[in-house]
Amino acid sequence: MDHPAAARPLSPHLQVYRLTFTMVLSGLHRIMGLALSVCSLLLAGWLVAVARGPEAYAVAGRLLASLPARLVLAGALVAFWYHLFAGFRHLAWDAGLGFEKAMTRKSGGLVVALAALASILTLVAAWRFLGGSS
Amino acid sequence: MSGREPRGNLVPDPHSTRHWRNQRITAIALVPLGLWFLFALLSLPDLGYASVSAWIAKPWQAALLLLFAWCALWHSSLGVQVVIEDYVPRRVQTRTLRLLQALHGAAAIAAAYAVGLLALGGAG
Repeated sequence: MDHPAAARPLSPHLQVYRLTFTMVLSGLHRIMGLALSVCSLLLAGWLVAVARGPEAYAVAGRLLASLPARLVLAGALVAFWYHLFAGFRHLAWDAGLGFEKAMTRKSGGLVVALAALASILTLVAAWRFLGGSS
Repeated sequence: MSGREPRGNLVPDPHSTRHWRNQRITAIALVPLGLWFLFALLSLPDLGYASVSAWIAKPWQAALLLLFAWCALWHSSLGVQVVIEDYVPRRVQTRTLRLLQALHGAAAIAAAYAVGLLALGGAG
């Protein structure tokens, strides 16, 4: 802690900037991505449970049927759609498209609207898994 | 960093361009694969053992499922790396990165083992 390097000023971070719409979207892309990272690891665990047979799968099924797990899975669906649509926006930027300030706000709004719509539709379709009987 | 070009010579670091490129390749691959996975899952009659194991036992479904799991894990590992580089203190950065990469690698091997077992007769 008393090392001279520790006393050096750091470049300003998030807290010095006024929060804007596009900034929140950018942060959400990362957070949703991290949530999906956890899901990708859970997917591997779920596949192993299936491969190990009905008893192991039943244990996984009981864990996934609990209310907190169902809320997590519903959240994963939202994260999937948001990260997908926001990912298209990032790929467009990689191609050099849509950098204008007004355009970034418009494309951001579109991403949120599409993610919300797709989430609601698939949550309805998944209701029998998430809300129904285990 | 070792292996850098002499100062003042701005040559792209091949390691970081590879990271950037692989992140984009896996992102594009995950668009059809992710949508396929979600809709395949939603169109199962139920999530019981019989339905799920019968689904994965079909060779094409198993191949797509493994491809999806691998792309998702690879994309995940690349993304997590960037977050670690941004937020984890330097002192423990490398260790954290190696740990999470090992976790992703183990998950990729486990997924291959599981899908292979189900597709190649485990369910038959």
